[in-house]
Amino acid sequence: MLKFIARRFGLMALTALVLTFIVFTLTNLAPNLEKLARAEGSVRMDDAAIVSWIEENGHGGSLIGRYSQWLGVLPGWVRTDEKGVTRGRCITEGSDPALAPAYCGILQGDWGTSTFAKAPVSQVLGRSLASTGWLMLVVMLVMVPVSLFLGVAAGMREGSRLDRSISTFAIATSATPEYISGVILIALFASAGSGLSPLLASWGWIEGKTLFMGTSTSAVDNITFWNFTLPVMTIALYGIGYITRMTRASMAEVMTAQYIRTARLKGVSFGSIVVKHALRNALIAPFTVIMLQFPWLLNGVVIVESLFNYKGFGWTLVQAAGNNDIQLLLGCSVVAVLVVLVTQLISDIGYVFLNPRIRIS
Amino acid sequence: MEPLSWGAILAAILKQFLPVWIALAVTFALSIAYKRKLGLYGRLFDSTVGMIGFALVMFWVFTALFTQMIVTHDTLSQISQMKNKLPGTPIPDGSAWYLLGGDNLGRDVFSRMVDGSGVVIKIAPLATVFAFMVGITLGLPAGYYGGRLDMALSFLANLVLAFPVILLFYLLVTPEIVQTGLPQYMAMVLFLLPILFLVLLLNSRFYVKPNFRNVVVALVLVFGGLAYLGLISEAETKINILPQALDLIHVPANILIVFVSVVFVNAPTVFRIVRGLVLDIKTRDYISAAQTRGERPWYIMLWEILPNARGPLIVDFCLRIGYTTILLGTLGFFGLGLSPESPDWGSTINAGRKLLVIAPHPAFVPALALMSLVLGLNLLADGLREESLKD
Repeated sequence: MLKFIARRFGLMALTALVLTFIVFTLTNLAPNLEKLARAEGSVRMDDAAIVSWIEENGHGGSLIGRYSQWLGVLPGWVRTDEKGVTRGRCITEGSDPALAPAYCGILQGDWGTSTFAKAPVSQVLGRSLASTGWLMLVVMLVMVPVSLFLGVAAGMREGSRLDRSISTFAIATSATPEYISGVILIALFASAGSGLSPLLASWGWIEGKTLFMGTSTSAVDNITFWNFTLPVMTIALYGIGYITRMTRASMAEVMTAQYIRTARLKGVSFGSIVVKHALRNALIAPFTVIMLQFPWLLNGVVIVESLFNYKGFGWTLVQAAGNNDIQLLLGCSVVAVLVVLVTQLISDIGYVFLNPRIRIS
Repeated sequence: MEPLSWGAILAAILKQFLPVWIALAVTFALSIAYKRKLGLYGRLFDSTVGMIGFALVMFWVFTALFTQMIVTHDTLSQISQMKNKLPGTPIPDGSAWYLLGGDNLGRDVFSRMVDGSGVVIKIAPLATVFAFMVGITLGLPAGYYGGRLDMALSFLANLVLAFPVILLFYLLVTPEIVQTGLPQYMAMVLFLLPILFLVLLLNSRFYVKPNFRNVVVALVLVFGGLAYLGLISEAETKINILPQALDLIHVPANILIVFVSVVFVNAPTVFRIVRGLVLDIKTRDYISAAQTRGERPWYIMLWEILPNARGPLIVDFCLRIGYTTILLGTLGFFGLGLSPESPDWGSTINAGRKLLVIAPHPAFVPALALMSLVLGLNLLADGLREESLKD
């Protein structure tokens, strides 16, 4: 077991290293650096000035060297210009160069400065991840119980009318990506001119003009039922469809097993069979699926946060990419890649723990 | 002229789709009449779910085919008085109606939705075919030989799979990347594999008839090679190998990058599925029999293992077209790759979402269209799975 976990960890570290290197390469291509030079230096620089700006600000030299500096395994660049001013990767402007540390990279906890937010990347990321954390928490609280319940209810009597209707619902929601369900939900519940809101408003059932709010910008400071329901529903709906289908398949398979039939023939009641005998074995497969849902939730988060203008991690990623904010985009990539890799790891290890057949051998 | 009522709008839309209804009726009549002779495709018509899915998918295929007969207005011409107008509003000169209203630039929502089906129907299945060829060509040897090759290829596949899709799109589908020629380099590698697949397929089959084999393989190499060079080489870019006279296939750089990135995202999953299937099938007796007969590895992989893995692969193919459709929509939604003028559904939703609270219809219509296509593909896959399990 320990050897298995160690091997998985090693593989994960290697994957993270390769992936961050790829992201670093793609964000530090020559055209991106030129754009950065124009944005940070001056718009009217000629080609020679751009080349020298890139060189002066530590973006020249070999890619591997720059990546190692960013990672923090090579000392950061230090350069003294004609006027005798020493500048460098690790030297904050106005401080004494002699006191600056030699290494400053991701490993030392220095994520660089965001050119878009004009703040340290770690600060920007911390704030946006906290917002997204709340969103994820609520989504999980809604999605997991609902989909497990629906899946078990559909799978315990395969082919029944209940099973048919739940399955149809599950197929429909898993065929609806977030940018579709979001649009439909807003049109139905958050538009003053269409859907349910005008009807409810004219009956006097709701106070404002709309049932829910179409944007969630205010939810960053103050989460309310009014501004948070639609984004949560939008992300949860897709996941509910998928996890329900998996749980149903797993439950249906368990219900055909010999030991269920034996229990039934011994006269155990149906409810007791489902709860005591089938449920535990049926929930192994959905666990892995729920864990592997995280990377997909990440996609959903980016779409939903852009759609509802909720300033979390996904919104930050889109802004960083759109504004050529290299350091922030790199930071976002590290977080995204780590989320994917860690969930894969947990799902692998969890699967081994939950499944007695694998655990004992 | 008076604005149309909802009933009249529905009637007018149904009438506009007349060519599609006729084509659908003919397809279904012929298929049901001959369903016993059509194998798995024919058996699809035994399952209600499969038929509904097939009808939805074919509806959009025929819509894409007959676009010119269905649209009521030019998809790009703007009438400024028609901005954000409700469905059924007549245009100012009184000659016709905007059946599903006008968008934020005063274009006809209905015509754009119909025209947008073409983009999806052209790119999604083709990209999925390419992803399958790449996945199969790499997955077969990985599963069959195992060992170091399997380890290296699996590591690469997991690497791509660990990349969040949206981040990958944001890194790949930007003007800066197109400038560096990276999509063309990726296309060079990815498009080589389908040709390799065809050559291996035919070579292993006709190895015992060298004369025939030589002709077939040479034909594939000449035509495939020409198509390959035509696809990747484009004037005034980094890769410009082929002279203009021979460069028959022109793919705009932004379409190529969308295509390449969608293939790139899908291929590793196909690889994993194929590899898993091969690991299972290669333990069967008929494979040992083929090995004892002295068949060569690629013959066994392509003509013994692959046909026996077709069931799950066909089902996954349908699901994957749906997933590709979702990915294309995602690209459009973030305004990546395709031009903002493009009538594809993702871009239209993106354009409409800013005014969603005031005028939802410009985004709502393409959203429903995309959903129905993906739903159709999922139902079709379900029907196929049920029918192929009955074997």
